[in-house]
Amino acid sequence: MTVTSTTGATDIPAPARRAWVEQLMGMPVSIHLRGPGSRGAEAESRVQAAYDELRAVDVLFSPYLWDSEVSRIDRGELRVEDAHPLVAEVVALCETAAVLTGGSFDAFYLAGVAAPGRRGFDPTGLVKGWAVQRAAEHLAAGLGCDVSVNAGGDIAVRPGKDPLPWRIGIEDPTDPARVLAVLPLQRGGIATSGTARRGRHLVDPSSGRPATDALSVTVVGPSLLWADVLATAAFVRGPVDGLAMVEGLTGYEALVVAGDGALTTTSGLTGAASPATPQRPMGDMSG
Amino acid sequence: MRKIVIALMGTISGLIMLFSYHTSLAGSGTLAVPPSTGTGTTSSSSGSTSAGSGSTSGGSSGTSSAGGSATTVTGDTAQTQWGPVQVQITVSGGKITDITPVQYPNGNGRDQEINSYALPVLAQEALAAQSANIDHVSGATVTSDGYVQSLQSAIDQANL
Repeated sequence: MTVTSTTGATDIPAPARRAWVEQLMGMPVSIHLRGPGSRGAEAESRVQAAYDELRAVDVLFSPYLWDSEVSRIDRGELRVEDAHPLVAEVVALCETAAVLTGGSFDAFYLAGVAAPGRRGFDPTGLVKGWAVQRAAEHLAAGLGCDVSVNAGGDIAVRPGKDPLPWRIGIEDPTDPARVLAVLPLQRGGIATSGTARRGRHLVDPSSGRPATDALSVTVVGPSLLWADVLATAAFVRGPVDGLAMVEGLTGYEALVVAGDGALTTTSGLTGAASPATPQRPMGDMSG
Repeated sequence: MRKIVIALMGTISGLIMLFSYHTSLAGSGTLAVPPSTGTGTTSSSSGSTSAGSGSTSGGSSGTSSAGGSATTVTGDTAQTQWGPVQVQITVSGGKITDITPVQYPNGNGRDQEINSYALPVLAQEALAAQSANIDHVSGATVTSDGYVQSLQSAIDQANL
């Protein structure tokens, strides 16, 4: 592309910053770097390596690729112990996630009518957060700048040598034009589960029915891997039970938008207790 | 399990909750647009935005309004489940002042129904994010997306 910039904005010198976007794992993955070194050749090559890493993960774990190791395990054609070591790592994390969430997150589902009693394997709900967290850590190691990786609305951030917080807006599930809250975050992960984008795609493993009680659940904490798992599980559990589950976990906080639009949070996010009435943004573009 | 407990005991640095509504922040947000970045540093982005499907046209173009301080950036075309989508944003004085869809799917009634809803709403989203000075948006998973990606792409390129 070419940009002929005559921008005269000189308000406050913004730190050097650069952004990349690629479609990976069926979603847009944005990588933003900010601070010294973010525009250099080293940053460029490391970002491309991060995308390569995510693509390699997708080849192993995508349930949409017939030949992925996860697809083969799901069909019973490959044993976990014979798979790539990363697959075994993810299997162990899935087992931990099932325990941590009291079964609300379960990558091992009953394969159903076609193969009665056989356990299928779909770790998709965990792999994204795990992979993005991992890529952000690899990217940040050796780069002195702030790093953020946003995969379809789930974000991992790592601080550089002279860090500024990334400002993460939490989307209003009833109106993507609005932002419910802003979370400044220097290190950690933030994930949102909800029905706004894809319809009712989350299923409660205990009932087999779509989870419908909350509009969205956002979880923030030290690791995107667990923030993502907890957001999924809390969404499945519903506003009250889901919030209680996250409240009991040190380091993680949740913001829940219930079906009636009511906003509740864990105790660590007290700023969300009394939201003002959201207003339309200036300049109505809807015409 | 022990390892996980340890992981969960980690701390969040600088986590603060605060509300930022568009009205209260209108005018205070600034998009981080470095002045006069020139043309050389922006060219690589189109190479990094090719979609896995191979159907995305990586070509973006930008034009500057004559004599003014406004910069117009056109995002990459992105393939959505409804067809190709592309948006153009105008940045003036470090702020997004206009968002125009330059390409969007037209086909059956269902497509048009989706477009009439999605395009204006997402345009507002960008303005809202701008007014709150936001780096990223966390929301329900965006898949086979395209439109938001294209918008994100345009914003990203304005940040180059």
